[in-house]
Amino acid sequence: MQTVFVYDGSFIGFLSAVFEVYEYRATNAKIVAEQNYASSFFAENNEVTSNVAKAKRVWKGVLNVGESQDARLIYRGFLSELPDMEKVLLAYIRLLFDARKSIAKNFSEPEIMRLSQINKKIGREKHRMEAFVRFRKTKDQIYFSTISPDFNVLPLLEKHFTKRYADQLWCIYDVSRNYGIYYDLKKPEMVHLDLPTQILNSPESIFSEEELDYQKLWKNYFESTNIAARANRKLHEQHVPKRYWKYLSEKYLLEW
Amino acid sequence: MNFDRIKEKLNILADAAKYDVSCSSSGSKRKNKNKGLGNSDGMGICHSYTPDGRCVSLLKILLTNHCIFDCAYCVTRKSNDIKRAAFKVQEVVDLTINFYRRNYIEGLFLSSGIFKSPDYTMERLIRVAKKLRLEENFNGYIHLKSIPGASDELMHEAGLYADRLSINIEIPTKEGLKLLAPDKERKDFLQPMKKVRNDIVKYQSEKKHFKNSPIFAPAGQSTQMIVGATKETDAEVMYTATYLYKKYNMKRVYYSGYIPISYDNRLPPIGTEVPMLRENRLYQADWLLRFYGFKVEELLHKNHPNLDSDIDPKLSWALRNLHIFPIDVNRADKQLLARVPGLGMKSVYKILHARKYRKLGWEHLEKMGMALNRAKYFMTCASRTFESKDYTPQQIKQRILSEGNSKYQTTLSNQLNLFG
Ligand code: SF4
Repeated sequence: MQTVFVYDGSFIGFLSAVFEVYEYRATNAKIVAEQNYASSFFAENNEVTSNVAKAKRVWKGVLNVGESQDARLIYRGFLSELPDMEKVLLAYIRLLFDARKSIAKNFSEPEIMRLSQINKKIGREKHRMEAFVRFRKTKDQIYFSTISPDFNVLPLLEKHFTKRYADQLWCIYDVSRNYGIYYDLKKPEMVHLDLPTQILNSPESIFSEEELDYQKLWKNYFESTNIAARANRKLHEQHVPKRYWKYLSEKYLLEW
Repeated sequence: MNFDRIKEKLNILADAAKYDVSCSSSGSKRKNKNKGLGNSDGMGICHSYTPDGRCVSLLKILLTNHCIFDCAYCVTRKSNDIKRAAFKVQEVVDLTINFYRRNYIEGLFLSSGIFKSPDYTMERLIRVAKKLRLEENFNGYIHLKSIPGASDELMHEAGLYADRLSINIEIPTKEGLKLLAPDKERKDFLQPMKKVRNDIVKYQSEKKHFKNSPIFAPAGQSTQMIVGATKETDAEVMYTATYLYKKYNMKRVYYSGYIPISYDNRLPPIGTEVPMLRENRLYQADWLLRFYGFKVEELLHKNHPNLDSDIDPKLSWALRNLHIFPIDVNRADKQLLARVPGLGMKSVYKILHARKYRKLGWEHLEKMGMALNRAKYFMTCASRTFESKDYTPQQIKQRILSEGNSKYQTTLSNQLNLFG
């Protein structure tokens, strides 16, 4: 019979669940996040409480047995929030603990290939966000940006933006997951804001006077730098799929 | 800031700068110092793409499009009847900083028409860079154009503030240059290139001994050649490129298909198609030289002065050298794997890693995400079935061409990905 381990959706929770899978020696185990869980009559259910100590032991195991690459694959894979993510991750961790050495490059194993593909997607999304985040300057001098990435990549963005924009206040807010990172000139911090209505309804009161002027200048620049004789629409959309256009003021200038 | 005035200048001076295809912001390592603004960490980011599919990563503008020279292939040439404009130093600084802070760009690419004299112009460009670095504590990417004929002293100063310096030789042959840019001589390009190369070498060796010695143009130098403006062959273009890579340690040579901009009868008339396919083939050849261990003589020579247009240069080379194939995927070394048509370096590394764990057959290669439609004619693996090696080059070519109908589309986009 299948044993189901239900966790709270956090990474700590997930690692705690892995710990318990091993503790129970559950060979036919499934790990599910609370929010995706529909109880099944035929399975044995275990509620997993997030436990930092247990999570740490699993994580240390990963780092001891494997290399930083394995840890990275696992963490980033987790951020994908894909429906089969827990299954792939558990399979990977099992293969890793069995092999007792890094398996990150063993691409001929399907689960590893799958995780590596998921990671590619995450990497691409992270890179896209680093490219397409557009800050708008608010009246309180905060450079503010909203995003709604396909995967939960905000934690991966922190480092890049903190290094780059060390001398300005900034905030990147994931509107679909309703949390953001705010940098106060000292360190980045996670924040929750009540913002959608404010931002959408009265931007003039929020953003600085010259903000729209700069957006317009940028759009102008963008148009001037195009070479009509080389037009290649298809290639363009391949680089910037339409769903990302909302980020780019040069393509879609918000008229307030 | 007077936004209307700036907007007008920006339109004119971005439009004039767009013919320089380089928009790379990669290859530099500049840390954010003292909690200042910006960094470049080696990987350039494309913050947008123009409708023609080119990466937008830098604010690419001319300081001015006034010019005392009259190069036939250039929109900015003296005799061209166009609107002229000039930025003030501070205006360029403000634009750069404000665009950068909004995460629109990785930095600035500043070029210029030559006004008054080469040194006078170069000195202005340097002033912008110096102000950005010293007054704004800006650590983002700065690419400055080296003005042909600029003095050694100024080139040295430029390298202290810029990440990259470039000087476009534009015309691949001496004769072409004489015909189209009578004001310029080859040495006007080569002297600044030489000075920059020497200083890069000098500073790099100092850096080895003294950790805190300043950095000098850490992203190196690049140049651009226009193709299709004169009657040059691909061999002439690539041999010149090879010379520049070797002699001046060029980081990149860019090839820019000539965009007709004038009725001058020394040049292809307006309406002539931009030779984009040719440009693409040249980039592929360039890539093979730099990353795949090919020598220019293998790709182009007297009897083969131009690249094929219907197939890529690697496939073309392989078909001329069928005696080397098929190679064994499970045993061939890196150099040889890299020569298999259809296998990119990424695939090569994947193969090298995966074959440590097991013998690879077609099914493994496919699972690893490799497209085998071209490669299968050139290699064997652990599977029994393999393509007969008795095909003639012509037969292989026919089969490959009949399979891929939109090959051009895919290779073109690969190439543009590599622009970064
Ligand atoms: S010197 Fe430069 S800007 Fe002036 S015409 Fe020649 S190529 Fe154009």
